[in-house]
Amino acid sequence: MATLEIRDLHVTVEADNATKEILKGVDLTVKQGETHAIMGPNGSGKSTLAYSLAGHPKYTITSGSVTLDGEDVLEMEVDERARAGVFLAMQYPVEVPGVSVSNFLRTSATAVRGEAPKLRTWVKEVKEAMERLNMDPSFAERNVNEGFSGGEKKRHEILQLELLKPKIAILDETDSGLDVDALRIVSEGINRVREGGEVGTLLVTHYTRILRYIKPDYVHVFAGGRIVESGGAELADQLEAEGYDKYVKGGATA
Amino acid sequence: MAEAQNLPVGSTTAGSVAVAAESTVATRMSAPPSFDVADFPVPHGREEEWRFTPLDRLKGLHDGTAKADGALKAEIDAPEGVTVESVGRDDKRIGKAGTPVDRIAAQAFSSFEKATVVSVPKEQVLDQPVRVTLHGEGGTTFGHTVFDIGAFAEAVIVIDHTGDAVRAANVDFIVGDGAKVTVVSVQDWDDTAVHVSQHNALVGRDASFKSVVVTFGGDVVRIHPRVNYAGPGGEAELLGLYFTDAGQHQEHRLLVDHNVPHCKSNVVYKGALQGDDAHAVWIGDVLIEAAAEGTDTYEMNRNLVLTDGARVDSVPNLEIETGEIVGAGHASATGRFDDEQLFYLMARGIPQVEARRLVVRGFFAELVQQIGVKDIEERLIAKIETELEATV
Repeated sequence: MATLEIRDLHVTVEADNATKEILKGVDLTVKQGETHAIMGPNGSGKSTLAYSLAGHPKYTITSGSVTLDGEDVLEMEVDERARAGVFLAMQYPVEVPGVSVSNFLRTSATAVRGEAPKLRTWVKEVKEAMERLNMDPSFAERNVNEGFSGGEKKRHEILQLELLKPKIAILDETDSGLDVDALRIVSEGINRVREGGEVGTLLVTHYTRILRYIKPDYVHVFAGGRIVESGGAELADQLEAEGYDKYVKGGATA
Repeated sequence: MAEAQNLPVGSTTAGSVAVAAESTVATRMSAPPSFDVADFPVPHGREEEWRFTPLDRLKGLHDGTAKADGALKAEIDAPEGVTVESVGRDDKRIGKAGTPVDRIAAQAFSSFEKATVVSVPKEQVLDQPVRVTLHGEGGTTFGHTVFDIGAFAEAVIVIDHTGDAVRAANVDFIVGDGAKVTVVSVQDWDDTAVHVSQHNALVGRDASFKSVVVTFGGDVVRIHPRVNYAGPGGEAELLGLYFTDAGQHQEHRLLVDHNVPHCKSNVVYKGALQGDDAHAVWIGDVLIEAAAEGTDTYEMNRNLVLTDGARVDSVPNLEIETGEIVGAGHASATGRFDDEQLFYLMARGIPQVEARRLVVRGFFAELVQQIGVKDIEERLIAKIETELEATV
């Protein structure tokens, strides 16, 4: 059973010629089939956690460990992490001019699966996945994220999630900027992947809205660069009613 | 109208739109156009037209010390109906499309022995390209070639440069009224070659001329495609693609002179650079003269810098002497292969080398598709792949 273990993770970032510690000792275990919601106020470091796990070069790990089934994730290059089964759905996916979605998806699937998918079944697989996400077939011929609306970018991220079938899916603010219809479609996509029971999901979000569609097994409150409280789904209801004030004012960010 | 984005260290992008009574494009040259090399002073390197070029690597082409001591194997594969002649410099087709504008072009004109004239009769539509293969076998050579395309004829011309050579040449394209011509010039030289060439196109009434300049090889390559119009309704499309490796100097200087009304021009040059002291220069001059009402022109240069240590100089220059035009614009942008793009692709399992390949292929793909000559398109894609394999 796939397990992601994060132990005492400390991460710094260079900003304005100074080194700033963003993550200050994160401990978290995510097992296959589980869904964990990481919730917290802006600037609490929850996106840093997501990008650090994927290996973004901007972040420096100063101490701690991250393992996937005992393998040291921090030792792996970005692409190795993806091939090992870590997937990050990004909040702001970048444009890649000149590279079509269909070319990108096939290249990516070839890398992650270790062999090129058979053309006939692949075309069908992509077509069906796109239909489920209400994506027009013409989407495949557009350049990656170029001129995509906010909703289209997020659907494209979830399309990749469905096709790449990771062991650990980290969804960074996937709900942000989506209207109700788009949120529903995207959430249904995430739920289809979860229902397979093969993936451990780390849902990073500021709002409780998405949790109406995706029921988490665990909710963690993130503040001041670490997890300050953990509970079940009911913790989200409490955050919905009370907001983050008590965690921010309580000195957790100090 | 000039845009410059993501400028990496070691690149410059400058642009200007001038509204002038007198052309600065003409006046900033050291001497007026001439067929006689003696009319041009030996450049010292600070002149506007020479300031980017490494004179010390030109093997004497610029200062008269280069002697015609080399050999260049020339083969012309001409479809039926096309004639190929060897003529002297008194032939009246020579120089009709344009006059040398700098000392090396004039040197080439003063030094060639026999010129080659390739003619396509009027109304002849070729179903096969005219293929000219020039293979350098060392040493210095000078050349002059004229392609004389009759009215309403249609032709594709492919000129291939390979091997080792020090080569200075003028290539003229006389495009008859209503004719359609595509010219592909591939500079696939050995890395030791020096190649300086002026291309002159005279585009007839309602004719269309497409020039595709592809530069991969050479130590120093300096190509100077120029377009003039002989009558209204002409269209010129100038496409260029270059892949500049460590130590190479590849310079493309373009001029489109809109001197008659209702003509179009579209210039798109794209280049990728990699390695220490890779240097690409792009100069795009467009003149819209007072008589050229109804002109529609656009020029664009984009560069993709793949590694540290490479340098791009990109200078679009648009000069407008009449406001009665359809459109005029230019853009120049030099970008570095973006770390965020790389991260995104790698985060989807794609290894770094493959990610780089995907982006560069994408960068050139749109341009390659516009060439319209299938085997050239395929060859370019294969060549780009080879260049990329040498990257890492």
